Amino acid sequence: MVAGAAAVYALRLADDCLVLSHRLAQWSSRAPTLEDDVALTNIALDLLGQARGLYARTAELDGTGRSEDDYAFMRGEREFINCLLVEQENGDFAATIVRQLLCSTFQLAQWQALTTSTDGPVSAVAAKAAKETSYHRDHATDWTLRLGDGTDESHRRMESALAAMWPFTAELFESDAVAREAGALGVGPDPATLRPEWEGYIRRVLGDATLVMPESTWTPSGGREGLHTECFGYMLAEMQHLHRSFPGVTW
Amino acid sequence: MRSSGQIEHGAALDDPFAGEAAAEVISDRHEAEFQALIDSDQRIEPRDWMPDGYRKSLIRQIAQHAHSEIIGMQPEGNWITRAPSLRRKAILMAKVQDEAGHGLYLYCAAETLGVDRAELIDLLHQGRQKYSSIFNYPTLTWADVGAIGWLVDGAAITNQIPLCRCSFGPYARAMVRVCKEESFHQRQGFESLYALSHGTPEQHEMAQDAVNRWWWPSVEMLGPPDAESTHSAQSTAWGIKRYSNDELRQRFVDMVAPQAVVLGLTPPDPELRWNEDRGHYDFGEPDFEELRRVVSGDGPCNRQRAAHHLAAHEEGAWVRAAAAAYAAKHPATSAAA
Amino acid sequence: MSEETPAPLWEVFIRSKRGLSHNHVGSLHAPDAEMALRNARDVYTRRMEGVSIWVVPSAVITASSPDEKDSFFDPAADKPYRHPTFYSIPKEVQQL
Repeated sequence: MVAGAAAVYALRLADDCLVLSHRLAQWSSRAPTLEDDVALTNIALDLLGQARGLYARTAELDGTGRSEDDYAFMRGEREFINCLLVEQENGDFAATIVRQLLCSTFQLAQWQALTTSTDGPVSAVAAKAAKETSYHRDHATDWTLRLGDGTDESHRRMESALAAMWPFTAELFESDAVAREAGALGVGPDPATLRPEWEGYIRRVLGDATLVMPESTWTPSGGREGLHTECFGYMLAEMQHLHRSFPGVTW
Repeated sequence: MRSSGQIEHGAALDDPFAGEAAAEVISDRHEAEFQALIDSDQRIEPRDWMPDGYRKSLIRQIAQHAHSEIIGMQPEGNWITRAPSLRRKAILMAKVQDEAGHGLYLYCAAETLGVDRAELIDLLHQGRQKYSSIFNYPTLTWADVGAIGWLVDGAAITNQIPLCRCSFGPYARAMVRVCKEESFHQRQGFESLYALSHGTPEQHEMAQDAVNRWWWPSVEMLGPPDAESTHSAQSTAWGIKRYSNDELRQRFVDMVAPQAVVLGLTPPDPELRWNEDRGHYDFGEPDFEELRRVVSGDGPCNRQRAAHHLAAHEEGAWVRAAAAAYAAKHPATSAAA
Repeated sequence: MSEETPAPLWEVFIRSKRGLSHNHVGSLHAPDAEMALRNARDVYTRRMEGVSIWVVPSAVITASSPDEKDSFFDPAADKPYRHPTFYSIPKEVQQL
């Protein structure tokens, strides 16, 4: 038994959503077209909504009664347990799209499995999130095809983006005591079980996009234990500074 | 090449900036019919005959309006990554996103007059088309986001509501949509500012400081005084403009002055007071010299805003090129199929 | 300055709810049909405005010309017998 496995499991999901939402929101007023600006914000808003629902559930499960803002703004780098992939910097549009493809494909499989979670509130979040994320994956897929099979430059940028993001995908499927416990309790899937579906989809899309699925011997990890990449600290500093500058006030 | 079709988009004039030749063949009948439509409060639609000046005037105004929405994303977007709560973060993201949407509706309305969005964006980058002066001020604290919602959106709504009845159909329809969606913008700004002004002394001070900085630019953004307004008379005759700048300014001050009392914040205008005889608020003379300076390019952020937009546009070029190349390679999904 | 060819323009039609027809709501730019549909969803249905979307390349729409307005539409103006109010019916017939 892992004490509070369900709470830790929910918090991991929530942190993934919040951090990815924040990264996508950084695109605001910077996208290649106005239409894309609107689209990226839609995805960021979906993810933020998912995070908020899951923080509320985590507070019930861990018994601390913390608010969503306590989770988002009052924890330090070592307390966030999102995976490393979601915190990677936006880079160019290709890097963002690759990160979106890799993340949303993973998240979709995860939400779909979570719709049958024994944890009612989590399965409710998952049911809504599965619909949203199905759109996120389509969006990322459409752009992967266009950038992979577009111009020489876009193809080259997609190759670089894949090479940069790919190593961080290994962590998505890592199993640990929390994941195994959650799986055993029927709270949610052990991420290791999601790999075949994820890999099948990614392989097909990359193939259609004339891109090659990379291989990597470097498989960084540690996010689930709060060991992050350096860029994450800057993101949190920016995100949290105002909230922390005025402790306990109402906004 | 222009992609616009035979429906509302284009067709009527290949180059809206070179209509002089067309002017010679205008029949009196056209002119009379056009004015009759305006006078009977009907809408002009894109394929109707219209005076060249009307077309130019609309393109200039709609484009300026669209540019304002887009450039206006920057000052508020500046705080998305620092919003102090998840609720405020979601609201701000949705609001800035709406501005992108509104810019898009407006560019589309301008395109019905036979120009491309790309041309208009080039004109913006060349400084040949303007955007609202207000977005050339910096957002220095979180309270500025609330102050923009309350004051800037308040002024914008004052200006936009009459435009829902503008004589040009596509512009009027775009404004109906914009006004409907923007109804939450001013409210969220007011609510956010209210939370600050009724919070701790530090929060209150932050709110007051923001109002001190945004009040006059908001009063000024409704345009130069009527006596100096260059486009007003003709725009009014054409049913593009329904109220003068000074009328709108009065309407705006009348709306926000009592709201300031509820907020517990003091507008930085010692002359602001209710005038029983007029049934309106009196207020001080805005610094129109400053407005002129900011409009002509020397506001605190003009260069920064322009550079940000240009950089994003140029960085996006390879993406747009890739999408076009893909569409050409895969005609099944493209327009021509 | 710009050497780019702008992406084609699309007209967007939305069915706001089942039982109603699609209405024209506006337009947008997109490089191809799929992206046009996706953009239309993002731009025009952020507030639950629709259950179905059509996108049509603006270039393929053929429209009546305002110059033909008289010949197109005026002939319908002098045929009041097409409307039910043209006919007088005795009062005692309550519904017809």
